[in-house]
Amino acid sequence: MTTQQDFPSQEKGSSSISSSYQPNLSGRYKLDKIFAAIALICAWAGLVVLAWLLVDVFTDGVSRLTWTFISEFPSRKPDEAGLLSALVGSIWLIGIVALVAFPVGVGAGIFLEEFIKNSVIGNIIEVNISNLAGVPSIIYGLLGLAAFVRWMEPLTGGRSIIAGGLTLGLLVLPIVIVATRESLRAVPDSTRLAGFAVGATRWQVVRDTVLPPAFPGILTGTILALSRAIGETAPLITIGALTFIAFLPRGPRDSFTALPIQIYNWVSRPQQEFHSLAAGGIIVLLVVLLTMNSIAVILRNKLQKSR
Amino acid sequence: MLLSQRLLRTAYSLTALSLLIGLAACNSSDTATEDGDDMAAVDSPDSGVTGDVLVDGSSTVFPISEAMAEEFMAENPDARVTVGVSGSGGGFSKFCAGETDISNASRPIKPEEAEICAENGIEFVELPIAFDGLSVITNPENDWAECLTVDELKMIWEPDAQGAITNWNQVRDEFPDAPLGLYGPGTDSGTFDYFTEAIVGEDGASRGDFTSSEDDNVIVQGVANDQGGLGYLGYAYYIENEDRLKLMAIDGGNGCIQPSQETIADGTYQPLSRPEFFYVKVDSLSNPAVRAFAEFQIDPDNANLVNETGYVPIPADLAPLAQERLDNEIAGTVFPDGSAVGVKLADLFEAQQ
Repeated sequence: MTTQQDFPSQEKGSSSISSSYQPNLSGRYKLDKIFAAIALICAWAGLVVLAWLLVDVFTDGVSRLTWTFISEFPSRKPDEAGLLSALVGSIWLIGIVALVAFPVGVGAGIFLEEFIKNSVIGNIIEVNISNLAGVPSIIYGLLGLAAFVRWMEPLTGGRSIIAGGLTLGLLVLPIVIVATRESLRAVPDSTRLAGFAVGATRWQVVRDTVLPPAFPGILTGTILALSRAIGETAPLITIGALTFIAFLPRGPRDSFTALPIQIYNWVSRPQQEFHSLAAGGIIVLLVVLLTMNSIAVILRNKLQKSR
Repeated sequence: MLLSQRLLRTAYSLTALSLLIGLAACNSSDTATEDGDDMAAVDSPDSGVTGDVLVDGSSTVFPISEAMAEEFMAENPDARVTVGVSGSGGGFSKFCAGETDISNASRPIKPEEAEICAENGIEFVELPIAFDGLSVITNPENDWAECLTVDELKMIWEPDAQGAITNWNQVRDEFPDAPLGLYGPGTDSGTFDYFTEAIVGEDGASRGDFTSSEDDNVIVQGVANDQGGLGYLGYAYYIENEDRLKLMAIDGGNGCIQPSQETIADGTYQPLSRPEFFYVKVDSLSNPAVRAFAEFQIDPDNANLVNETGYVPIPADLAPLAQERLDNEIAGTVFPDGSAVGVKLADLFEAQQ
């Protein structure tokens, strides 16, 4: 920019274009630095927000993190209140979501990517899955209420853990499918062709040469999908997860509550003590999330190394 | 070949993991059955009643129900009470579909809701659990207003005020020129229904241009940070935030009265003192746990639990009437038009009995 503006005044009467060229190096380096600074700010913005959130939550909630808090049921007395039922409910949910979303999602991903790639049906399914991934979570809650709570009531037992797990499983299914397909797509075609060349069937090729290198990516995608499921509140409230529950579920057909619901309940109470309980609950939820995410990273690194 | 072995090994460990989870689940359910899950189990005198009680409904009543359930389960370790928060309306839609035993409500059941219940053959006993005083609050820096009349509140909140009443000096001539910031609960809440009915005169009729939130703490925040702020919320939320808010006295025609434990309980804080209810399904009363829990909630001995959560217990003359309704399983509502504004519960109950 600067060079062009300077051009007429500085280069009066010059004879050739090549000699009129002013590199203006300092200006370019300045621009370079400005851009780098902006990029740096962008990169830090997320971190700063996270740090702010952590500091805010920790100052409010760290005093609540006692054994009582983990091992006791909710109570009207803030000092005796804990989130055992919510924590156990969340763990149950994650287990069911994993059992539902992993096999179905990976199966669908393999089918779409390896068996009917570039076919009309494949494209139709693909468009629909992309649409599903964009549906707001509360809509899944309504679907879960109609399908799993009301229609399948004899099987699920109504407003039960299994109904909640199935609803969240549907919610994260598109994420698992997309992650599976991305991982499969990253496997070079030459490995598939080599398999076919030695006479392997399609299933043998998928099983022995395509899936193993894609597996770490699939696993990571699944665990990240589970992390999303654990933080969801809206669909659980819609299907009727409870707020006060002072016993542990006896099976998947029992009623339940989950961490985000317990946190929301504490936040909306008038007493300040409950607000700090909510902050404590957020820390527990964050710890569960970070644990799951680090498991994903460790598994990926381990599997990649072993190859 | 090596790769597939890796894959298999991973698959094995994953299967083992899920098996472990499953085993743990089976274990926990086994021990639970041993404890006596059976609904038909006999009531042993020392461990109290057995059975499940499903409660859902109003978020206003939730803290009371939570306290009651906690104490009830301490006395009856084999009973399992669960409480959900779906709002008064959401609670009734589940209750009338036969999904819950008890529905909490911060307003009487509406005629259209009672109709759905009747269609599905759900009969209910209507019982009071506590009283609440809707509190009108302003910013502590507001030094001009101490008391507002119902007419003034109506002028501020009625639908016609939308975009028109925006300054304190429009409310009363002697008020200064200060922008009016309005905060209130969301349209799904029973608090909103009751306030609009008591002040504007029609259920749900309100201006729309105010900051609304289902979370009353947001209303507290809003008014506490807005010098010209005005809002309304449950008395318990005012008590917890006394130092950040200023409480308005309300003139309902008999002079200015501030809400307090006394004025709410004896009904002199009008028209914004309201009863809180719970509705018990008659069919569920055959479940000893549901009956015992319903009795527990209206027992005057447990009134301290209501106080603890910031609400006002039902007056002494009302408790025996409520107990009588429960004993005789008197079904139906005493509020045929769904309005509890300016009524005396004891009179209505006596009339029905």
